[in-house]
Amino acid sequence: MAYENLITYDRDPESYKHWSLDVDGEIATLTLTVDEDGGIRPGYQLKLNSYDLGVDMELHDALQRVRFEHPSVKSVILTSGLDRMFCAGANIYMLGTSTHGWKVNFCKFTNETRNSMEDSSKHSGLKFVAGCNGVTAGGGYEMALACDEIFLIDDRSSAVSLPEVPLLGVLPGTGGLTRLTDKRKMRRDLADVFCTSTEGVRGQRAKEWRLVDHIAPKQVFMEKVRERAAELAKESKRPDQAEGVKMTPVKRDVRDDGYSYPNVDVKLDADGRTVTITVKAPTEKVPSDIDTILKQGMDWWPLAMARELDDAILILRTNHEEVGLWLLKTEGDAARVLEADAAVLKNLDNWFVTEVMGMMRRTFARLDVTSRSMFAVIDEGSCFAGSLLELALSADRSYMLDLPDDEENAPAIILGDMNFGPLEEVNGLTRLQTRYPAEDDIHDQLKKRQGEPLVGPVAEEIGLVTFAPDDLDWDDELRIAIEERASLSPDALTGMEANLRFGGHETMLTKVFGRLSAWQNWIFIRPNAVGEKGALKLFGTGSKADFDWKRV
Amino acid sequence: MAAIDYQERIPNNVDLNTDRRLQRALEHWQPKFLNWWQDLGPEGFMGHDVYLRTAVSVDAKGWAHFGHVKMPEYRWGIFLADRDMDRTVGFGDEFGKPVWQEVPGEHRAVLRNLITTQGDTEPASVEQQRMLGQTCPSLYDLRNLFQVNVEEGRHLWAMVYLLHAYFGRDGREEAEELLMRHSGDVDNPRILSTFNEPIDDWLSFFMFTYFTDRDGKFQLKCLAESSFDPLARTCQFMLTEEAHHMFVGETGIGRIIKRALEVMKETGSDDPEVIRKAGAIDLHLLQRYVNFWFSSCLDLFGSEKSSNAASYFASGVKGRPDEARFEDHICRDSNFDLEVPDEKGKPISESIPMRNAMNEVVRQAYIKDCMVGLTRWNRLIKKAGFDFEITLPSQRFRRSIGPWANMSMDPAGKQISAEEYERRKTEFLPSEADRAYVKSLMKPVMEPGKVASWIAPPDRGINNQSIEYEYVRVH
Repeated sequence: MAYENLITYDRDPESYKHWSLDVDGEIATLTLTVDEDGGIRPGYQLKLNSYDLGVDMELHDALQRVRFEHPSVKSVILTSGLDRMFCAGANIYMLGTSTHGWKVNFCKFTNETRNSMEDSSKHSGLKFVAGCNGVTAGGGYEMALACDEIFLIDDRSSAVSLPEVPLLGVLPGTGGLTRLTDKRKMRRDLADVFCTSTEGVRGQRAKEWRLVDHIAPKQVFMEKVRERAAELAKESKRPDQAEGVKMTPVKRDVRDDGYSYPNVDVKLDADGRTVTITVKAPTEKVPSDIDTILKQGMDWWPLAMARELDDAILILRTNHEEVGLWLLKTEGDAARVLEADAAVLKNLDNWFVTEVMGMMRRTFARLDVTSRSMFAVIDEGSCFAGSLLELALSADRSYMLDLPDDEENAPAIILGDMNFGPLEEVNGLTRLQTRYPAEDDIHDQLKKRQGEPLVGPVAEEIGLVTFAPDDLDWDDELRIAIEERASLSPDALTGMEANLRFGGHETMLTKVFGRLSAWQNWIFIRPNAVGEKGALKLFGTGSKADFDWKRV
Repeated sequence: MAAIDYQERIPNNVDLNTDRRLQRALEHWQPKFLNWWQDLGPEGFMGHDVYLRTAVSVDAKGWAHFGHVKMPEYRWGIFLADRDMDRTVGFGDEFGKPVWQEVPGEHRAVLRNLITTQGDTEPASVEQQRMLGQTCPSLYDLRNLFQVNVEEGRHLWAMVYLLHAYFGRDGREEAEELLMRHSGDVDNPRILSTFNEPIDDWLSFFMFTYFTDRDGKFQLKCLAESSFDPLARTCQFMLTEEAHHMFVGETGIGRIIKRALEVMKETGSDDPEVIRKAGAIDLHLLQRYVNFWFSSCLDLFGSEKSSNAASYFASGVKGRPDEARFEDHICRDSNFDLEVPDEKGKPISESIPMRNAMNEVVRQAYIKDCMVGLTRWNRLIKKAGFDFEITLPSQRFRRSIGPWANMSMDPAGKQISAEEYERRKTEFLPSEADRAYVKSLMKPVMEPGKVASWIAPPDRGINNQSIEYEYVRVH
């Protein structure tokens, strides 16, 4: 074992500490009963159903189980096992004792998990109902906000609230502010009142202010929630009858210098603070008939590849903060990749393949919001085609080897169907559309080149890659670019990349990852929050924050 | 239209006659309060004349006016202790600055929450006790029950006054909600869970007034120190009334013990079976009730380590009982040695910041205060020549919050296995049989001067009246 205290995202319902997953026909109920002493790290107690990264890892795992193991589940209820307490949000003491990096990584993962619920609702018709059966505060309300509909218990006590500003001097950073205005379409003056009150809003007023969709008294509460979940289930595209596919653990081997998966290799260069992530094409024919696909299940290449890449991204983000430059490579036969893509797209009427598609979409979307520099390295033996070309399109830059004297072996990239829609980014655009902000008809232009192997100079001319040095320049160009990149301020790079990656069109999610996260991360390092006398630091000690009143 | 004389309708010392905003609020609220009292106040006695004490002013002459009155016509008044013009903040970060006559915006939410939570317990206890009148052991006790009830009603008024006078629309809404939540209502329960359990026998009522009202006393003592002066003054006056409630509890339990001792003497036995055969309550059963009520009341003080308690103290919102008696009123750098369990459940000491330990400081003062009655009761037992002592269980016993929560502890505070706890539970806490026996005793006695078999008559009557006086006119 090369890394002390390696944090992985492996979870199994058998050993959940905080969530329970119950499936009853087409409705699954996820019940949160946080084990106070079950924090992922020592030093705090998870009181009042508050959560930390470990709690959210279980939620993430449970959602995946619903997607793949319980295909006939059409709606999911999120509720709490505690009396009069739904969820108090992220644990404040955990936040208070965490490094800035840990906080930000935690928020990013929780954001992605919430987004994935909306993604599933939109693309697979898996509907979510929040059954807020008690106090619903901060991140607890943000979890509810990620659901299609929110029920709040009407007991004249329980309120929904976002008390981060008045209580902690930070923002509700898991999409809370953005979803109030952009998803719940709440009036901004009322949102202003709501977000500055510690006590929140309850009952009928919560409904009138659009903070919740339904209120119901305790005796009929869960009955009403289930009724509504059953109605939403009717809108679902998920199948009435289908056998699930068991989620086996991701096959990860930990080496001294990285991680090996069947379809992904991660090689760390600690001194250079870089990592090379190589995604491998299928080595055998990829089945395209649905029976064989289901039989292969978790081992079917599109899914296996996506799960392994997803795992690698999460492991690197959480455990290797100083490795600031990711080199994205591919290896294998491009034809096999395109064959796999075709198998996916041909079977989208099947629930399993739809879920695989979702997994691919969300995995590539994780790359887009990863706070690491990414260079695609397109060299000999690579297979940047179709879905795997998205790696290069996600990268901040791409370097493609040109072999003018060896056309046979010159690497080529190939546009495929996957590049024109199914793998849209969180900005609602394809990576091609994002890449060419000046060209409204970029899809029409590039569809003409679909399937054509494009070598370096051609790809460079079209603009699909950044540089295409020839074999004489290649090593040095690449080395210098990498060394230079690795020397720049990590903070400035994170900010710069986040801006450049999402030019043009905005969506709710780009605002969450851009505007909300950026402001939050600024506030998170300001003395008014985390200084010795900052609000977050002093929360719970009884001492009042001593603010620097200057507006910045 | 003739002007309403507010002073007559609602005795007060807050200038209600000239405060239009307050008039408007209370005019709206009062009918709702009266409806609530009719619906959920003491069942079956709304039309009876009850010998009640009414406060008509805060001075020595005015705070105790006695006379027969029908409860719905009771004049619930609004009284604050006199204002001390030089009063300054007595603790926390603002120590020494002038106290607040208005709610500081910064502390609005916290103050509103504290007042609402305190206010919610007042009508809650009236609701909990509403059936007790049907099984009173004497007219004297019946009257005491109703005195407690109307005063809880007045305490609700006191909190509603604060909400109306100082918290604007928000406050008016909260005041209405205080009448909409109901004890034991599954859909709209009272805020604190203890206040949702019915109190349907008189032993529990005496335990409640001894232990739970004493918690109320200590909460009021803390709020009486508040830098928000109107709250402090309101609570100071409420404390004079709360003392009577504890008197009811202490003498009630004392009289039960007295009766048990009489039977023990007559029969020459302390066997519970024998005592029960004579229709009295044996001391072992009483001890189990003490164990039950004391332990559940300890939870009312909140967790031993509390961030809320710390911020209440720091901000000057809620202090310690008799704050002036402490030397250090800031407590910024001092520590408290808190007893917490080690891995094996044995108590060890952990040093925590004093401000976070404020709940525990109040709890310790409460425990000490609880001992006073026990000492008197034990003196009675000893004097009667019996070898038995009523004791308070360990504060580690049967806790639901704090470091000792949900551990199997015997009443001495020693950890035992969960199996052993289950097995010996009826030794520690009232069993079904105990409760059934107590219930079987609950037969109304409404002849003036008569008392039930399980309780001795009081030593003296109310306001120098005889014990035979018709405290409630039921005939």
